[in-house]
Amino acid sequence: MEQKEKTPLLAVRHLSISFTQYKRWWRREEQQAIRDLSLEVGAGEMVAVVGSSGSGKSLLAHGVMGLLPYNASWEGDIFYKGEPLTEERLKKLRGREIVLVPQGASYLNPLMTTGEQVRQGARDRESRRQCREALERYGLGEETESLYPFQLSGGMARRVMIAAAVQRKPCLVIADEPTPGLHLEAAKRVLSHFREMAEEGAGVLLITHDLELALLTADRIVVFYAGTNLEEAWAGDFTQEEQLRHPYTRALFRGMPKNGFQAAAGAQPYGDNLPEGCVYEPRCPWRQEQCRQPVPYRQLRGGRVRCWRDI
Amino acid sequence: MRGCSHRGLGRFLAGKCVRMAVLVLLVSFSAFMLVSLSPVDPLTANVGQTALGSMSPEQIARLEAYWGVGTPPIRRFISWAGDFFRGEMGTSLLYRRPVALVIQERLANSLGLMAAAWLISGGLGFGLGIWAGAKKGGMADRILCFYGLIMASTPGFWLALMLLMIFAVRLQWLPVGFGVPVGVEAEAVTLADRFRHAILPAAALSLTSISSIMLHTREKMIQVMESDYVLYARARGESFRRIVWRHGLPNVMLPALTLQFGAVSEIFGGSVLVEQVFSYPGLGQAAVTAGLGGDVPLLLGITVISAWIVFGGNMTADLLCAAIDPRLRQAQRKGQTS
Repeated sequence: MEQKEKTPLLAVRHLSISFTQYKRWWRREEQQAIRDLSLEVGAGEMVAVVGSSGSGKSLLAHGVMGLLPYNASWEGDIFYKGEPLTEERLKKLRGREIVLVPQGASYLNPLMTTGEQVRQGARDRESRRQCREALERYGLGEETESLYPFQLSGGMARRVMIAAAVQRKPCLVIADEPTPGLHLEAAKRVLSHFREMAEEGAGVLLITHDLELALLTADRIVVFYAGTNLEEAWAGDFTQEEQLRHPYTRALFRGMPKNGFQAAAGAQPYGDNLPEGCVYEPRCPWRQEQCRQPVPYRQLRGGRVRCWRDI
Repeated sequence: MRGCSHRGLGRFLAGKCVRMAVLVLLVSFSAFMLVSLSPVDPLTANVGQTALGSMSPEQIARLEAYWGVGTPPIRRFISWAGDFFRGEMGTSLLYRRPVALVIQERLANSLGLMAAAWLISGGLGFGLGIWAGAKKGGMADRILCFYGLIMASTPGFWLALMLLMIFAVRLQWLPVGFGVPVGVEAEAVTLADRFRHAILPAAALSLTSISSIMLHTREKMIQVMESDYVLYARARGESFRRIVWRHGLPNVMLPALTLQFGAVSEIFGGSVLVEQVFSYPGLGQAAVTAGLGGDVPLLLGITVISAWIVFGGNMTADLLCAAIDPRLRQAQRKGQTS
């Protein structure tokens, strides 16, 4: 891959996130939500992590931001600009160089006006001007500043949070499901804002369940399934089924309306009953004996795939 | 807009007044029915069996008329309610003084006590609840939770007795009871004296009521700290302190206000028992005396006043919440335009 030579902006290597749960009061149980996930985001690049709801995508965002709940633990390595992203470093970078754009209005304080939240309480002239500019850039007028979150539409709330992110001139933007609940035009518009940020040099990690929308804007697609990534492909690979590397990605491809709308049989495995080997093995048409063993994530045709076969 | 919201407020207050009137009517009626159903015979209770035995039938008949023994309960209630509507609360049968005067005097004593307990328990409970909830699972949280649960299951009068035994009897730091020192002329009683006499009852009242506001505030604070918007604030690099101050406090304030104004009734109820323990000459003690002695006008007077105060507390909570919460403010305006 071209990005390999340069140090990527964000590199996640073999990340696993698990939760400690108490079952029937005393039995402690580890529940693995993300297993052996690797991905890279370069500066000026937009990478989309695409996976169905409940596959643990949001945890990836929270994990990178260092905001996992207290009963979660993680293993693996996260590098930012070539150096390990420690809690210490995160404290300085969070909200400045690395920003999160969350899902919707519930991430805004219900009792505080929009303007105050974008400015984070700052009252000086410069912050006011910056806030006004950032909101204006996304088509939000002055009156938006005095609105409370419950008075914003879904699209407005997203744009407010994008404005809040952009005014910090971030290097890395993590967008966690920014499109659900928006109609197509608004969703496209929101994604185009992230594209703009990438054009301006920031690395964008887009986390979404909507493959079609992701393909419109992202450079690379990371296919996420049952807590891990099965394939990493260029957006252009999705023009032909034969260019895709993993059976699941191909199933996704065939599931898109323009490619026949065919649903693959079966459902995604969850939490406790993850297979030992390939997570897609139970549904895979090409499954064989060795699929029951853990499958390495390997290079193939300029992308990466977690599958034994060269298909 | 301004005028609109004023009219909205007017309608809101008018509605509350109607509810209030209905409430007072029902409360006084049930209190009256309870007294008239009570097996306590006012004559035996106030005059005494031996004294009654040595009286002539005419004297007994006069006493019966005074305490209203022969009159049907409904007639007595209607005559009381009629007077009450004309602003006449009647005369206390036990104190032989106008009910309004007795209540005024007693309320002055009680109000200070209850206000102190209410402010202390509200302020401390809220602050400690925020602290415990923000640092959930920490040492402070565990200690405060333990205290809260112990206090929530402790009866107020028992705590009052314990305080009395420790601070008044053993250590003799504070007076055993009453609102003023015994054997001192009324004019010579200083404010400091009154204050010293109120410390133990106020402590007994507030120590128990802290726990409910504290535990509720803690619960709410934990919810807020786990909310999406606090996660977002953390993602934006806001410090823990700022998060507690900017996001925690305002969002916990609304439910805490509602709860604390609602707790007026609990403090009122608690004061009846605590005043009894400390022989504190407050409204609560008068209520007990009136109830046991069959002093119907005084009892009904106190009942109505208590209902007013409790209702007033709840209404203040409603008004404050409507003033603070932007969502409610908008709902009111919407109600006006549609």
